[in-house]
Amino acid sequence: MVLANSSAPILETLQMIDEDKFDIRTVTMGISLLDCADSDGEVARQKIYDKITSRAARLVEVADGIEAELGVPIINKRISVTPISLVAGASSDEDYVEFAKTLDAAAKAVGVNFIGGFTALVDKGATPADEKLMRSIPRALNETDVVCASVNIGSSRAGINMSAVKLMGQVIRETAEGSAEAHGFGCSKLVVFANAVSDNPFMAGAFHGVQEADTVVSVGVSGPGVVKRALEKVQGQSFDACAEAIKKAAFKITRVGQLVGNLAAERLGVEFGIVDLSLAPTAEVGDSVAHVLEELGLETVGTHGTVAALALLNDAVKKGGLMACSAVGGLSGSFIPVSEDIGMIEAAAAGKISLDKLEAMTAICSVGLDMVAIPGDTPAATISAMIADEAAIGVMNHKTTAVRVIPAIGLEVGQMVEFGGLLGRAPVMPVHAPSAQVFVDRGGRIPSPVHGFRN
Amino acid sequence: MKIILTVTGLDHEGIIGSVTSRLAEYKVNIENVSQTLMGDYFTMILQGSFDDSALSIADLQGAMASVEEQQRVQIRIQSEALFRAMHTL
Repeated sequence: MVLANSSAPILETLQMIDEDKFDIRTVTMGISLLDCADSDGEVARQKIYDKITSRAARLVEVADGIEAELGVPIINKRISVTPISLVAGASSDEDYVEFAKTLDAAAKAVGVNFIGGFTALVDKGATPADEKLMRSIPRALNETDVVCASVNIGSSRAGINMSAVKLMGQVIRETAEGSAEAHGFGCSKLVVFANAVSDNPFMAGAFHGVQEADTVVSVGVSGPGVVKRALEKVQGQSFDACAEAIKKAAFKITRVGQLVGNLAAERLGVEFGIVDLSLAPTAEVGDSVAHVLEELGLETVGTHGTVAALALLNDAVKKGGLMACSAVGGLSGSFIPVSEDIGMIEAAAAGKISLDKLEAMTAICSVGLDMVAIPGDTPAATISAMIADEAAIGVMNHKTTAVRVIPAIGLEVGQMVEFGGLLGRAPVMPVHAPSAQVFVDRGGRIPSPVHGFRN
Repeated sequence: MKIILTVTGLDHEGIIGSVTSRLAEYKVNIENVSQTLMGDYFTMILQGSFDDSALSIADLQGAMASVEEQQRVQIRIQSEALFRAMHTL
């Protein structure tokens, strides 16, 4: 085979792992809990616990084995489950905090890093169960450790549920206030989506959609460092050369994702789901999407040209990745979380990237205003209006958008919030002061765009 | 299972002997070797295979730990599947 004739590819792979921080960000097992619904909440929770702990019993062990075999770090092992509002709705429980605690206990029992799916899908309207779930989120997130919540408030087909948008602004505020001593940390586990996808392996927005098989394994890759190194080799050359370089790097990264997914599915005896091509950064040096954009020639991310640079990156990553993998899914775009990307943190701390620029960037990549710290006294209506703007970008452009903002209780613009670990740290960024209260109070729905009706 | 084993470290006598003797002890068949010096730096890439029903890569990696220490080199063992996935269409 080709490897026998040249050591260069082998050394290149080792360099990607050792120096460019290439890793598999997550192996996520999606588990359907539809068969756990019960009119007795207590019984439902026992079924949920039993199903998760049996299906995912070997997940961590298998992922660790693959890591040892390939020598590629697998950073997170995670679980996503059916949106809990669909499962808990059969019970007569008045709030769903106990369901979140059950998910937390099951996740800890099998040793995964996060479990996602404390979720409601309300893009067209909310059932009583959806309402209960949304109102349970602040306590659910602040009384558990590894549970992640998400709510889909809009879609290109249904429009934007502005009543839910209003409620979610309040839920985000309440969640922040419930973890005030940690400057609103609870909100780092809560995503508000438009056009949410049902096979996303990345947190905090992962859930296992009802159209999925009973149990599947999906993979999320990482590798901004690899892409940056590829671009360093085409310094001074045209964008055509940059796009080619990114495609080739993305191809190699994604092939490893596919390999890990296949091995994991085979060894766990479940279906292989998808590889999510999203380049996931971390707050470490050498693992930054912002630095990839700067490598394309921007002095600092956030300046004019940033959106065009991101468009090129996002598209080339997809083109390289699609060829490399049999099933691409999830979000599959570039992530631009502020707190989880050292280049973003530096640009935000220096005031060189604004929320408005971040919002513009979300028009062409996944996922949205992600891990952004805003002043602790930001009104709920302002947060709702931020959600509405992001949802409008997603709904009108047939793409996923999201908001994961953290009202940093007790902190003001310019101060730094420390989240720790992969979640990193974020400087508090200014929001626009004029009120959107009257706008948000209208409620109802913003109708879907005319191009939502493609039939 | 087919593996790629890479050895890197400051060059001195006896590295290849120690590494390959240990591999023979564990019944790893060596199929291809490429070795080069980059300045004072020794780099060897070795393709091999062994029966993974009797031994796991993690066990083999563990077995090489004392060679690493004794020879002051870094030894890494990875499934060949990784490199094939990345570098072949």
